[in-house]
Amino acid sequence: MIVELNGRSVELPAGATVADAVIETGAAGEGRGVAVAVEGEVVRRAEWEETKLQPGQNMEVVRAVQGG
Amino acid sequence: MQSKADRNQAAASSSSTGAGELELGGRTWGSRLIVGTGGFRSLAAMERALVASGTEIVTVALRRVDPLARGSALEVIDRLGLFTLPNTAGCYTARDAVRTAHLAREAFETDWIKLEVIGDDRTLFPDAVELIDAALELVDAGFTVLPYTNDDPILARRLEDAGCAAVMPLGSPIGSGMGIRNPYNVQIIVERASVPVVLDAGIGTPSDAALAMELGCDGVLLSSSVARAKDPERMAGAMRQAVEAGYAARRAGRIPRKLHAQASTPDAGLPELG
Repeated sequence: MIVELNGRSVELPAGATVADAVIETGAAGEGRGVAVAVEGEVVRRAEWEETKLQPGQNMEVVRAVQGG
Repeated sequence: MQSKADRNQAAASSSSTGAGELELGGRTWGSRLIVGTGGFRSLAAMERALVASGTEIVTVALRRVDPLARGSALEVIDRLGLFTLPNTAGCYTARDAVRTAHLAREAFETDWIKLEVIGDDRTLFPDAVELIDAALELVDAGFTVLPYTNDDPILARRLEDAGCAAVMPLGSPIGSGMGIRNPYNVQIIVERASVPVVLDAGIGTPSDAALAMELGCDGVLLSSSVARAKDPERMAGAMRQAVEAGYAARRAGRIPRKLHAQASTPDAGLPELG
């Protein structure tokens, strides 16, 4: 299935979870400082493993960067 | 409620040197300087400057994960034991700012948010209407809201009424280094506020930071003036001294301005030499 991951169309296996998509971004190993929103709503870290993505969904994975 | 002027008066009567402690968001801080982490040429330069500034609170932003990014500002911040204050920089609507704040809460496990809702990318001035909407919603959701706001006393009061933990008026546009363009408005905001006032944005040089404190601000938030200085570490140290000097001067009580001279040496006992 195709999902929109950080503004890019990405092919993920059917049934892929939020955790799978986070791995796709390379941010999986990071602890504090990473957060996920699916369709604009925050998905808590404890729910990444069990939250399945649906085709066409928009997912954002963000992390801390320097800022004022 | 006791006004800030009353509290300043009380503080003046038990004045001391140094920068005292800052009460902000229900916590006590040893530094009145909050430093943004943006704009540094390297993480190493940022680290040296943060140490020199003596700050305890630093701001960070949230952006999409970049697989190519090297190093992490958060690693440095955590190593230094500093408090992470996430911001909503780049948000133009209350909706985006609220969503960013919720992401930040999840990412940093903190309810604190530096709320920025900007109106356009040329001035980066706050959008007052969106700012109030976002502040109300975030306070309702249990956040400790620190809003970057215009130097507008009425808007500052509205933000305080909304339940914000502080108000953070700009001195001049973000990154402009133009200092405090309307010190009278900042003075009015300070007089009326019963939450801490942190001068946020526009600081160019230490005398600007000292002026903010002399006007009665409780703290200063700056970023570019240190990060983009030729020697950020040295400038950070200068900013620290300026905040401390301005705070002490405010409590020491400056002399009033007068048009004409007033001799500091007495005339009495002047010999007749003519």
